[in-house]
Amino acid sequence: MAVTPDDVRHVAQLARLAIPESELGAYVAQLNSILGHMEVLQQVPSAGLAQAAEEARDGMRTRPDQPGAVRLEVTREQNAPQMRDGFFLVPRLATHEDIGEES
Amino acid sequence: MSAALLDLGAGAIGAAVREGRATAASVLDAALERLRAVHEGETDLHAVLHAATQGLESEPLTAGPLAGVPVAVKDNFCTRGLPTGCGSKILQGWMSPYEATAVRKLREAGAVIVAKTNMDEFAMGSSTENSAYGPSRNPHDRTRAPGGSSGGSAVAVAAGIAPIGLGSETGGSVRQPASFCGVVGVKPTYGRVSRFGLVAFASSLDCVAPFGRTVDDAAFATEVISGHDPHDATSSDRPVPSMRVGPGPLAGLVVGVPTEYFPDSLDPAVRAHCERAIAALKAQGATVREVSLPHTALAIPVYYIIAPAEASANLARFDGARYGLRVAAPGVQEMFAATRATGFGPEVTRRILLGTYVLSAGYYDAYYRKAQEVRALITADFARVFASGVHALFTPTTPTPAFKLGAITDPYEMYLSDIFTVTANLAGIPGLSLPIGRVQGLPVGGQILASHFDEPTMFRVAYALEEALGVEAHR
Amino acid sequence: MSAASWEMVVGLEVHVQLKTRTKAFCGCSADFGDAPNRNTCPVCLALPGALPVLNEHAVVLAVRAASALECTVHERSVFARKNYFYPDLPKGYQISQADRPLATGGRVVLADGTRLGITRIHMEEDAGKSIHDRYPGMTAIDLNRSGVPLIEIVGEPEIRSSVQAGAYLRALREVLLYCGVSDVSMEEGSLRVDANVSARPHGEKTFRSRTEIKNLNSFSNVERALELEFARHLRTYEAGGTIAQQTMLFDGAKQEVRPARSKEGSHDYRYFPEPDLPPLVLTRAWIEEQRLALPELPAARRARWIKEFAISVTDAEVLSAAREVGDYFEVAAAASKDGKAAANWVMGEVLAALKESSQPIERFEVEPARLASLIGLVKEGLLSSSAAKTVFQSMRTHAIEPRAIAERDGLLQVGDDSALEEWIAEVWAERPDEAARFAAGEKKLQGVLVGFVMKKSRGRADPKKVNQLLAARTTG
Repeated sequence: MAVTPDDVRHVAQLARLAIPESELGAYVAQLNSILGHMEVLQQVPSAGLAQAAEEARDGMRTRPDQPGAVRLEVTREQNAPQMRDGFFLVPRLATHEDIGEES
Repeated sequence: MSAALLDLGAGAIGAAVREGRATAASVLDAALERLRAVHEGETDLHAVLHAATQGLESEPLTAGPLAGVPVAVKDNFCTRGLPTGCGSKILQGWMSPYEATAVRKLREAGAVIVAKTNMDEFAMGSSTENSAYGPSRNPHDRTRAPGGSSGGSAVAVAAGIAPIGLGSETGGSVRQPASFCGVVGVKPTYGRVSRFGLVAFASSLDCVAPFGRTVDDAAFATEVISGHDPHDATSSDRPVPSMRVGPGPLAGLVVGVPTEYFPDSLDPAVRAHCERAIAALKAQGATVREVSLPHTALAIPVYYIIAPAEASANLARFDGARYGLRVAAPGVQEMFAATRATGFGPEVTRRILLGTYVLSAGYYDAYYRKAQEVRALITADFARVFASGVHALFTPTTPTPAFKLGAITDPYEMYLSDIFTVTANLAGIPGLSLPIGRVQGLPVGGQILASHFDEPTMFRVAYALEEALGVEAHR
Repeated sequence: MSAASWEMVVGLEVHVQLKTRTKAFCGCSADFGDAPNRNTCPVCLALPGALPVLNEHAVVLAVRAASALECTVHERSVFARKNYFYPDLPKGYQISQADRPLATGGRVVLADGTRLGITRIHMEEDAGKSIHDRYPGMTAIDLNRSGVPLIEIVGEPEIRSSVQAGAYLRALREVLLYCGVSDVSMEEGSLRVDANVSARPHGEKTFRSRTEIKNLNSFSNVERALELEFARHLRTYEAGGTIAQQTMLFDGAKQEVRPARSKEGSHDYRYFPEPDLPPLVLTRAWIEEQRLALPELPAARRARWIKEFAISVTDAEVLSAAREVGDYFEVAAAASKDGKAAANWVMGEVLAALKESSQPIERFEVEPARLASLIGLVKEGLLSSSAAKTVFQSMRTHAIEPRAIAERDGLLQVGDDSALEEWIAEVWAERPDEAARFAAGEKKLQGVLVGFVMKKSRGRADPKKVNQLLAARTTG
């Protein structure tokens, strides 16, 4: 399962990391080296074990439906790169549709 | 007087402040003075990223078990008043609008946050060399790594800035630097301490983990920060037992020594110190038994699938939209990609790529699911041993003492420095590293592991071993 | 092939906002109409270090909905992270459920009794709102809605027409309204629908490739968009083309369906179990308790009414559309022992009055018990139907028994022969021509004459009796 430059490009796109082409080769090599060390896992018979472990876990504790948010001691504006009228502002989505994607 | 006080334990400082023999302000002054001394010129250890301002803590602290005790906090805990940056450019200058539960508990116990400490970026590393602000230095040899990722807090404690440090563990990030710097590092049971406000790296592995100059300081800190937190669904509601059990005989206690933690490749000096420690345990009355944890060798591959996978999602929130760095670009998705490529260093980038890859369509079963399955085998190894009448395990903390800064360039080789610590994170059990001797001036750490939520037994062994080996093992 | 030889295949994915006070994973108010970003905290802003803790009431509502839709609610379900980058998704992942959803295998029962399958119901959180047209070149983000609890109800591809899709949605909305889990309003966004549609020749057993239509903001738009998209599939197939699996957007203004311009053709959400949340574990007994606490659901209620009150299917549908109207009807029908009359009154005068005053039926001045008394007066022949309407209007402002109103206003029906004969005699005197012709056997004049008598009595004469008395005055 060797990692190709296209794999790294694809994964970098999924992870929103603008990796320069010049650095791609190094990441391909490193990922292949690291993943090479993972191959040993394939030899281990383990089917169903994660499921069994999951079944053994205690259930989560929930919280009552009571207002009580953690208070912000620094305003949103102080940390935000750009805010206006209470909105966070970001550059417009390049593929934005005038209808529809206001969701 | 306060400078001398600073060298006493947290308990003694707290007592002095409560009884009016010292003030919190004077202890803080002494801590800041020492902080400056180890950050100057040729002796700069670069442990601290942000120091408290003198006199900032104006409220007179006279109460609480840790009244006036300075604490050095890793840069990935949300703190009031000091920036929280995770050793990363992407969060440079970020002021958290809320405080981590562990930090709040320390402050409520009277502790004073003296500094935010250096770390590998987002806790990804074993040497602090991945900090965006440069590596910290090992106080025993400035050319060597202090270990990581909580290296800054380890150095701060070792250099006497504070008797207690707060770090975090995902694969050994407190025990390994504790071992390298000659201090005590504790990874509590997963769920024992709330993670709320600890910036996430790998959520199923992350633990809030304290340092102490002594076992007692470490136990004290562990006790204060433990307990259920309604803001963390993974925090346990079990009652918190006393951690400060004190030294005493180990009669009736069975200590297991797992063969897999003593491979042929183990540094002979480290092995020798471990054997001396094992002899000391026997002398204290413990029964020592050889045991096997057969899946130990698989821990690093498992860890380096699960941790990056979880990290790839945990670090998605750093997108330049609401806080932190933003690098301008024409469209929002382009802004995300430019911001993240600029803001994250190479190791973080590598792990996000790796984690995204192992979760992506077509690879999930081969990597992520497989890793979770083998993780269950590793957990079962420990469960079996603890069910067989073994109360605690003793192992070396790291295969070698502190390595030279810059000596390890291959990522995977660096990952292997966590080989003896990462198992406890995968299994969720508590672990502790304490100094057991020195090799050519460099500290060697011994590790004690115990069963889930059995920190008292782990501390019982640690107190006894610390006393048996004597203070010369320290610092 | 003609259009008639093609079959429409539709599966709907419905997102429903649960009616909780606070968000799914933090204590912020779930009211997202406030000033932008006011209802946000470290958790729903996705600040570093913040962690989710599940709202227990969201679980109650989700289980209630799943039980009402006859799903199997699982004792263990697992939350998962669905990873994608979008500016209104602050964590870069949505907490949802994947392999281990809350519930599976239910059904929606349409008004005509058709049963359509539900594949699964899972819990998840809502995203924030992106506003693209407010600031030039910028998108404005409001995270008040970020983290509001949702359930997604994934339907089986068993819907076979646009009309049936509409019926499915109406039936679904009705059930969810009855259980009180949501406001279920498409206008307010508390119910959102994505439609998967494909076409195949009748008789073909396999499914052809489908397209997903988004941005559907009313039930009629769903039906319209399905028709348009189905027609496009047909045109494509008949021209020898193929349909590519893709996301389409419905443009309500232009009444057209067009491909979404999103450049990410291949979504890879990299689902994995949410490590911040242990599994959601429910006991069988607790799940059963929730099921037993459900109110009677509309389908069962209608069936019972038809049997108990002998009302028509159509009337039952109208009366069950809103739970409170049904409750009102039920009291009136039981108290008056005349379901049919109660149904007519509720569907007629009561709903009209409510519409006029735009008030909820729970606060309507004419309580169902008083309406039942009014129905009783009509049944006993004490009030004509027109007089009853007058009394009804008066009851809206006078909190007294209808009989008292009728007496006070002199509206009680007169059935006493001598009084009636007196009015008839007056009519005979005033209308000698018609009276004579009628008496001579021109029977079609009876109605006209009854009308004169009614008028003379100011509506109080019992028309049945008047008819009897008139019949006695004619020959043959």
